[in-house]
Amino acid sequence: MFAILQYPFIQNAMLTGAVIAVIAAVTGYFLIARGLTFAGHALPNVGFAGAAGAVLLGIDPILGLFVFTIGASIAIGLLGSEVRERDTSIGIIMTFALGLGILFLSLYTGYAQQVYSFLFGQIVGISRQDVLITTLVSAFTLVIMIILYRPLLFSSFDPQVAEARGLPVRALAIIFLVLVAVTVSLAVQIVGALLVFTLLVGPAATAVRIASSPLRAICLAIVLGISYAWLGIYLAAESLYWPASFFIATISFGVYLPVRFLSPWLREHRGKPVIDASTNIARRDFEGKNV
Amino acid sequence: MFEILRQGFVQYAFLAGTMVAVITAIMGYFVVLRAQAFAGEALADIGFAGATGAAVLGIGALPGMLILTILAALGLGALGERMRGRDVEVGMVLSFALGLGVLFLVIYAQFGSNAAEGVGVLFGSILSVTRSDLLITLIAGCSILLLLAFLFRPLLFATIDQEVAQARGVPVRLLSSVFLVLLGITTAETVLVVGVLLALSLLIAPAAAALRLTYRPLTSISLAVVLGVCITWGGLLLAFVGAGTHLPVGFFIATLAALAYFLSIPLSRLRFSQRYRPLPHPTRECSPLPDHR
Repeated sequence: MFAILQYPFIQNAMLTGAVIAVIAAVTGYFLIARGLTFAGHALPNVGFAGAAGAVLLGIDPILGLFVFTIGASIAIGLLGSEVRERDTSIGIIMTFALGLGILFLSLYTGYAQQVYSFLFGQIVGISRQDVLITTLVSAFTLVIMIILYRPLLFSSFDPQVAEARGLPVRALAIIFLVLVAVTVSLAVQIVGALLVFTLLVGPAATAVRIASSPLRAICLAIVLGISYAWLGIYLAAESLYWPASFFIATISFGVYLPVRFLSPWLREHRGKPVIDASTNIARRDFEGKNV
Repeated sequence: MFEILRQGFVQYAFLAGTMVAVITAIMGYFVVLRAQAFAGEALADIGFAGATGAAVLGIGALPGMLILTILAALGLGALGERMRGRDVEVGMVLSFALGLGVLFLVIYAQFGSNAAEGVGVLFGSILSVTRSDLLITLIAGCSILLLLAFLFRPLLFATIDQEVAQARGVPVRLLSSVFLVLLGITTAETVLVVGVLLALSLLIAPAAAALRLTYRPLTSISLAVVLGVCITWGGLLLAFVGAGTHLPVGFFIATLAALAYFLSIPLSRLRFSQRYRPLPHPTRECSPLPDHR
């Protein structure tokens, strides 16, 4: 039954899947805490456009991915802080980038399959070198997240108070979005633009409903993310042609729904509402460090 | 130069484009005010799953999209008691639908058909709009407009000040669900013209630009309609007439829409000096995490 795990390409897929699941779960937690789920959907799409542009110019698609996603993330960070305005500008930046992507695709006369693989992912074509690069960049992103953990958490839950305490809220927002862009650029090549979003939001959304403190929620999200990714890749490998992204999305939704409907009951039995607890913990952590 | 406009498929494209532009501009006004841009995007992407699923079953793309977007709209209405800021629920439904869409696309490709054809849904196919698509668009569009005219006042009230509307006995929850279903139908039609990936651009850009330039509801809506129709016609004309290079319609529409929005930002600064800008409404911001009830 597990014989399939002996193939090196499956091992590579499992390794990269796990690395991406970890970094996506951590970034996803902050995305949800900041109400930026939409950005988590928009950035992969923007990245797709960048990859299409790079393919057209004949340069490495990774370059296009990074340039487009980081550019869009800075624009999102600069435009509008109010929810309504921000969602609108995210939507317009995304569709503008996608429009460019479509233009690039129509101008490109070569083999379009390479471009479509950025939409749907290519989890079986991963080399050892890809695994190494993904791991290194993810580790780098993770280290920055750990360094920024307390101020980032504080400014996510209570931006007004954080600003009053002298935290550079806007700069933090932009740095965070750039980190999301890096994560997304890594993940798009492997799981595809359409489903990066699943690994970003699925595990974190479920964890936030269960765990009461930010740290526990992040750890739970990481565990959930790795399990979804491994189970999805395994099922896809066993079923031969069904896509891994479909399994991952279905598992993620299948776990989220019961948790979503049971969570009011869970909270009743534990007392403290999740958001208040998280805000308090974020503030306490931050002040504990500074006082 | 304009001879191409006499051809049947070009006329169909203009007719469908105009109808869709009018409906999306009016719906978009409410979408922007209700901060539901993400829900609009999600419904469009759900249309992708609907269209690919329909291709697998061998039925038309538009009925497939309509069925799935309406179902998803009902589901979203049931999941989120207040849609504003509750983008996590939208995100979860969206990611599941995208997974389904990818699955359908793979199955469709297995049957020996070309996957690129399924991908066409992503990018729109206004040039292949059929007479029956046109008829469905017309009927659905007229019903949406009628219903909106009927619901206009309570919907606007519930959109602008939900708490007070609720206190006055406006069925806010029901209105929200009805609006989402209308939005589902609208996005399914928009997908027909500009494709899944760009449906959002026609939905929010004209309305967002109009909202920056005027504050009166009816003036905003009229301006949004004018902008939407101009953007669509401009995109179609550029695509048909432009130098015979066959650049995609979606690209022109998305670019014109983004241009309209980004031009409206400095224009609104000119028109309304900083002093007279309205303060943010307290109910607009709300917690993204599940809170206590």
